[in-house]
Amino acid sequence: MKRWIAFWNILAKDMRAYYLKPPNISWGIIFPLAWTGMFFIRSGSGMESILTLLPGVMTISILFGTTSMLAVTITFEKRSRSFERLLLAPISLELLMLAKTSGAILFGVANAFVPIIIAAFLTDLSGIAWFLIVPAILLMGIVSTFIGLFIAVSVSEIFEAQTFSNFFRFPMIFLCGLFFPIIALPVFLRPLSYVLPLTYGVDILHGAIHNEHIMSFTLDFIILGAFCIGLFALSLRNIKRRWIV
Amino acid sequence: MKSNNQPAVEVLSLTKRYGDVIAVDDISFQVNGGELFGFLGPNGAGKTTTINMLTGLARLDAGIVRINGIESTQNPKAAQHLVGVVPDESNLYPELTGFENLCFCAALYGMRKNERQTRARELLDTFGLTDAADRKFAGYSRGMKRKLTFAAGIIHQPPILFLDEPTTGIDVASARQVRQIIADLHRKGTTVFLTTHYIEEAERLCERIAFIVNGRIVRTDRTADLLQPVKGKNVLLLSVSDSGANLSGEMTSVFPQYQFQSTAPGQVQVESVEPVNIGPLVRFLEERGVQVTEARRYLPSLEDVFVQVTGIEAGLMQREKEKAGGGGNQ
Repeated sequence: MKRWIAFWNILAKDMRAYYLKPPNISWGIIFPLAWTGMFFIRSGSGMESILTLLPGVMTISILFGTTSMLAVTITFEKRSRSFERLLLAPISLELLMLAKTSGAILFGVANAFVPIIIAAFLTDLSGIAWFLIVPAILLMGIVSTFIGLFIAVSVSEIFEAQTFSNFFRFPMIFLCGLFFPIIALPVFLRPLSYVLPLTYGVDILHGAIHNEHIMSFTLDFIILGAFCIGLFALSLRNIKRRWIV
Repeated sequence: MKSNNQPAVEVLSLTKRYGDVIAVDDISFQVNGGELFGFLGPNGAGKTTTINMLTGLARLDAGIVRINGIESTQNPKAAQHLVGVVPDESNLYPELTGFENLCFCAALYGMRKNERQTRARELLDTFGLTDAADRKFAGYSRGMKRKLTFAAGIIHQPPILFLDEPTTGIDVASARQVRQIIADLHRKGTTVFLTTHYIEEAERLCERIAFIVNGRIVRTDRTADLLQPVKGKNVLLLSVSDSGANLSGEMTSVFPQYQFQSTAPGQVQVESVEPVNIGPLVRFLEERGVQVTEARRYLPSLEDVFVQVTGIEAGLMQREKEKAGGGGNQ
């Protein structure tokens, strides 16, 4: 019980101090709105094309919402030494890092629903397989957050966190099949797509929204889950090696 | 003062290296339950590294640390339950208020909402911060930050408290208040491990002291025993014109009851077990054309013992005090 009091308070503190600040809330709304508008205008097609754009916009919202905030906040706390306060607390490192990342996961998931809500006003969403969308969004939020965590524990300066984040994020936009299928990529780039976790999340979203997916949903979920576990374990190992020296 | 023989902290052959630098070199000591133990040394001696290893913030390269019998490398979280840490720099959240910071720190130890709010208010009152409770930590003065960081370290009422330079860089009044709180905690039975480079602070507060220099403990003893060699000694410092330094030999033959030593150019130190009679000494010097500009008595302190044991000049510690500023030695 005591551990969960600590867990909940770390999460609540981060939500209040970082994620629920007006600049982040406005980012969560404006960012997907801008991307949707941009691709919609670019495609030049009717409202029905919203559904084909939705997986990409949702994925970008999750990816940017989670990685940018988490990498910066953890690096900031590490530099200001307030992270030491957490390391001194009698809770396991695993629970501590889950508490620190839960805020970003929730923020990412909330961001993903913004384009869905916008789309609901513009087109018919009755054909969407929600039982696939919801767990996929959650897993994509987790995996993106853990990418952010991996970045945060690999750098020591806030500007390094931002630079390193972009190094991961922008290639993923083009390589994970967000806005054009992986099959359309040059052959030599395709293997890269399959080592990126979001490829599997995007595949589920495409399948759930307009029934176009290249792998089985089971395989997508298993690989996405494996990435979550692997990235979290890798980040914990790095924290122990780099921060408890 | 409460004291028992159960070691609250037991350290055996503790070693820490950073590359080629040995920060802590094979040190061993123990702190008894309810004891106020001082860890005294200049900056860079290895005090903070030792505390970091004892509290789980740094890995041990070699050695064993036991907190109330719990081996901290085997079960670090169980050991962390028993300790409170006040680090050498404030590490609270700038965006939270004083009250929120304390409540948050209490929550990290699993305290329930009512319990942590009551305790936070109690500590804000103890440290004289009630009026600043709802102000953001970022807006606190340095002394206020230090006091709130101290309060956060004891929010869960730990039986063992690690204090890393608790009065460094704060004003005289805050330093006095912090020292009073340390004494009160000790009186109530808390085991206190205090690192400081303020010798007077260690002398005033600690029951036992370890001197650490270049990562090695050079002596550990009860404060009273450390002071024994200088106890009852009378020392007079004479500031004289330069020519006075050459008269030491003649002075010894005229005043055999005193020991003379030239400690610096233009300065003669006179030591005796009896109080030093200044008049005859000054007359003797003036008759020989030596001008005495100042005569100052002082009681030898732990600083003299520290200098004697470690070989570190007293001036170095003094300069560190001045550099750190604040009221640590007031």
